[in-house]
Amino acid sequence: MIFLTRKAEFSSAHFYRNPAWSDEQNREAFGKCANPNGHGHNYTLEVTVAGEVNPATGFVVDLKLLKDILEREVVSVYDHRHLNHEVPEFALANPTTENIAVAIWRRLDGKVPNARLHRVRVYEMADLFADYYGESADLLDRNATALNAQTVA
Amino acid sequence: MSTPVVHFSRRYRFSASHRLHTPGMSDEQNRATYGKCNNPFGHGHNYMVELTLAGPVAADTGFVVSLPALDALAQRELLDRFDHTHLNAHTAFSADFLPSTENLAFELQRIFAREVPLLDPTGRLRLSNIRIEETGNNSFDLPSQSDAPERTR
Ligand SMILES: [Zn+2]
Repeated sequence: MIFLTRKAEFSSAHFYRNPAWSDEQNREAFGKCANPNGHGHNYTLEVTVAGEVNPATGFVVDLKLLKDILEREVVSVYDHRHLNHEVPEFALANPTTENIAVAIWRRLDGKVPNARLHRVRVYEMADLFADYYGESADLLDRNATALNAQTVA
Repeated sequence: MSTPVVHFSRRYRFSASHRLHTPGMSDEQNRATYGKCNNPFGHGHNYMVELTLAGPVAADTGFVVSLPALDALAQRELLDRFDHTHLNAHTAFSADFLPSTENLAFELQRIFAREVPLLDPTGRLRLSNIRIEETGNNSFDLPSQSDAPERTR
């Protein structure tokens, strides 16, 4: 098995707000990110898939095909859009880097032929990013946190 | 759908000097082992430390961790401690501590594995990886003990 990563970029606006909270609570929790007109980022997406090399082509998956899938499923929906107002998965959930990584996973899962989605990484800035490994990794992660609590206690 | 667990990463930078020299070897052996890193007055690097935290995405904020809280922790335990210091002379280390970047990574892991879970009172957060770049050409990844079995996933 081998891992293969493809990058894509999109530029989007967003803000953070919990509608159940007062303006003051929102400012307290989200700071500048709560400004109601929003602000934007140049996001970098890295999608890693795992699979076996097809001996006929030498590829796991044709990179052009992977590029087209990312374009169709993610970039065409997110790029130059306001995530809160124009992308359905963020109508109720904040478009944080964490939630964007999970949403992109759900958009891509099962869409890449001959490969298994391994990791979705979203950079909001060069120094801040989030990784999601899918629902099947959630349980492993919970176990690892419990194990960690024992080892550092 | 269960709450997704996301790995959230943040990068921090600091500058410090060090000298690689071990008292168990002769001066000649030290020079042979460490080359110019053994020069008596030391030399410096711009270090980049990447902390990766794993935890469930909170439904009310969309965050794995409060960024101001994480930044404050890194300021206290990493930047205030080590920025613009000479690591060999650092009071955090015993006199025979050899401040290779590997050893520094283990020291930082000891600190952040203990401190990161304290950022979440419900105990669902852990340090999953520390990455240090000593220069743009040299980097080290240290997964937490709890994460080591998962690295192959
Ligand atoms: Zn933002």
